Amino acid sequence: MAAKKTERLLNLVICLLATRRFLSVQQIREAVPGYDADNEEAFRRMFERDKEELRDLGIPLETGSNSHWDDEVGYRIAQRDYQLPEITLEPDEAAALGLAARLWQSAPLAGATGTALMKLRAAGVETPTGASALDPRIGASEPSFEQCLAGVRDGRLLRFSYRTSGRPGEEDREVEPWGVVSWKGRWYLVGHDRVRAATRIFRLSRIVGDVTVEGPEGAVERPVDVDLRAMVVRIADDSLSTTARVRIRTGTCWELRRAATSVEPAAEGWEVVEIGYGDPGRFADRVTGYGADAVVEAPVEAREAVVRRLTALAQRDVTS
Amino acid sequence: MSGTLEELPRLLALVPYLLARPGVSFAVASADFGITEERLRKDLNLLWLCGLPGHYPGDLIEIEFEGDTITLSDPQGVDRPLRLTVDEALAIIVGLRTLAETSGLTDPEPVLRALAKVEAAAGTAAGPADLVEVALEGEGTVLPVVREALERGRALRLVYWTAGRGETTERVVDPVRLVVVEGQSYLEAWCRRAEGVRLFHLGRVQEVAVLDEPAAPPADLPSRDLSQGLFQPSHEDTVVTVALEPAAAWVADFYPCDRVEDLGDGRLVVTLRTRGTAWVRRLALSLGANGRVLSPASLAEQVREDARTALVGYADG
Repeated sequence: MAAKKTERLLNLVICLLATRRFLSVQQIREAVPGYDADNEEAFRRMFERDKEELRDLGIPLETGSNSHWDDEVGYRIAQRDYQLPEITLEPDEAAALGLAARLWQSAPLAGATGTALMKLRAAGVETPTGASALDPRIGASEPSFEQCLAGVRDGRLLRFSYRTSGRPGEEDREVEPWGVVSWKGRWYLVGHDRVRAATRIFRLSRIVGDVTVEGPEGAVERPVDVDLRAMVVRIADDSLSTTARVRIRTGTCWELRRAATSVEPAAEGWEVVEIGYGDPGRFADRVTGYGADAVVEAPVEAREAVVRRLTALAQRDVTS
Repeated sequence: MSGTLEELPRLLALVPYLLARPGVSFAVASADFGITEERLRKDLNLLWLCGLPGHYPGDLIEIEFEGDTITLSDPQGVDRPLRLTVDEALAIIVGLRTLAETSGLTDPEPVLRALAKVEAAAGTAAGPADLVEVALEGEGTVLPVVREALERGRALRLVYWTAGRGETTERVVDPVRLVVVEGQSYLEAWCRRAEGVRLFHLGRVQEVAVLDEPAAPPADLPSRDLSQGLFQPSHEDTVVTVALEPAAAWVADFYPCDRVEDLGDGRLVVTLRTRGTAWVRRLALSLGANGRVLSPASLAEQVREDARTALVGYADG
């Protein structure tokens, strides 16, 4: 059954690629084997479904008529719209392509990557198959990823419930999506929030439940010169406007040491690092995490913030 | 229905694929399409029934078999593959851009050449790829050395900071592969010290050197399945529960939790499994008033003790 249908569709594609003139539905019915010759109604339904499937596969089905006097709609596929242009890759370029394709394995775009490679191989590109010692991946495990991507790709409005950090419950959002960005392994949606009437950045993992994609394609107007990544980085990372001096025990606090702008030896077993921060509260949280291995020496605001945190923790009742 | 949506694109690609490779073997062609040889045979049997209206012998797709090889002539107009769809162009273009921008992962020069060619071939379908950006954490010093060891098949000497225990150790490892998961780079390697496969976060490698001796990981190492995330639970793990105020709800996004219970007012109770608890103590300290270890009780007590010890460092200032 499925084989019959595949055969019919393949013959349909070959037939429409071969014609320069638009073919009427009756001409198609006669030319392509597999269409019902007796039942007009059944044939029309079948042909409608076939057209849908060809369009879903990205086959550019053209409709039109052969002259001004001809009011019957006809169909054809233009070779220049159908064909992948010539592409020739050097071996090192093909290897890069193979590695790029591996990035999406186990992500929702794995299917599209596979069919893209299939087409490129059909165009003569030789990409390596099989395992590799380099195995980078772009994760996209957030359930809302596919819908957000579809909204961005098609320029359509997105509607979803969103959990804001530090506030209980969820809120309904209506967003004109401009783009999606993966930063430090997490996906963000950038767009215009109609409810807040402002530009907003959403973390996909905080979207609760289903995302609805609404409205006509291309309805969303994206401002020119939007630097998506810069917008996400700005909210995801602290800007480093103040410099702190922190005494760290040698051989510990590797992540603080790595972020430091300078490292100098101090008393036996200790080093002093200089490190930039933006928000003193967030910086104090980070340093407090290292316990007795890190001591803030300056500035006073950061030092006191750490002392307040440690004091509260030390006095906490843990018997309950 | 779904059968046709999969089969038709494959058949449409198979015709130009075979046309470009006269005499290709069944084994190579089926591997390139990721299908069995039996499936390929069925595809070919279907293909040569198809052709131009009329369907007389000269109108049909012509395929010849000789031994184990396939030669296609008369593609009947399907002599080129179909254009890339928007999703296909997006997946490949974003992938190539990501590679080019991740420092140390590959040589960006051939990646950029491939990118330009794919963009040109995709035409207007390439547009939406601009709306998707991926930043992987590259690494300019350690990553190239690890790559070199993998390419040359050499062992590596690492000075490594173990976050779980909060200590730095030196070890010799036999590299297996480099993985980048959730934006972070890891070396999967056989650790001669621990006598087991370990994942080393490249951001925690303090020193790295390629050794002259060849890498010799045990031959029968099981391949780790990374599709479910990096860290696989083990029965030796400690089970930790932590209560989180709304301001600390990000912890549930950030760490792999076995269970996340929503108390309804934005507060969460999360259950984690972990081999070492040093990192949980650091996490609990950094959360301060926004997080509280509920169990095990000994861990909660340890966190309080950690805070008391740390305060000593501020007493003399």
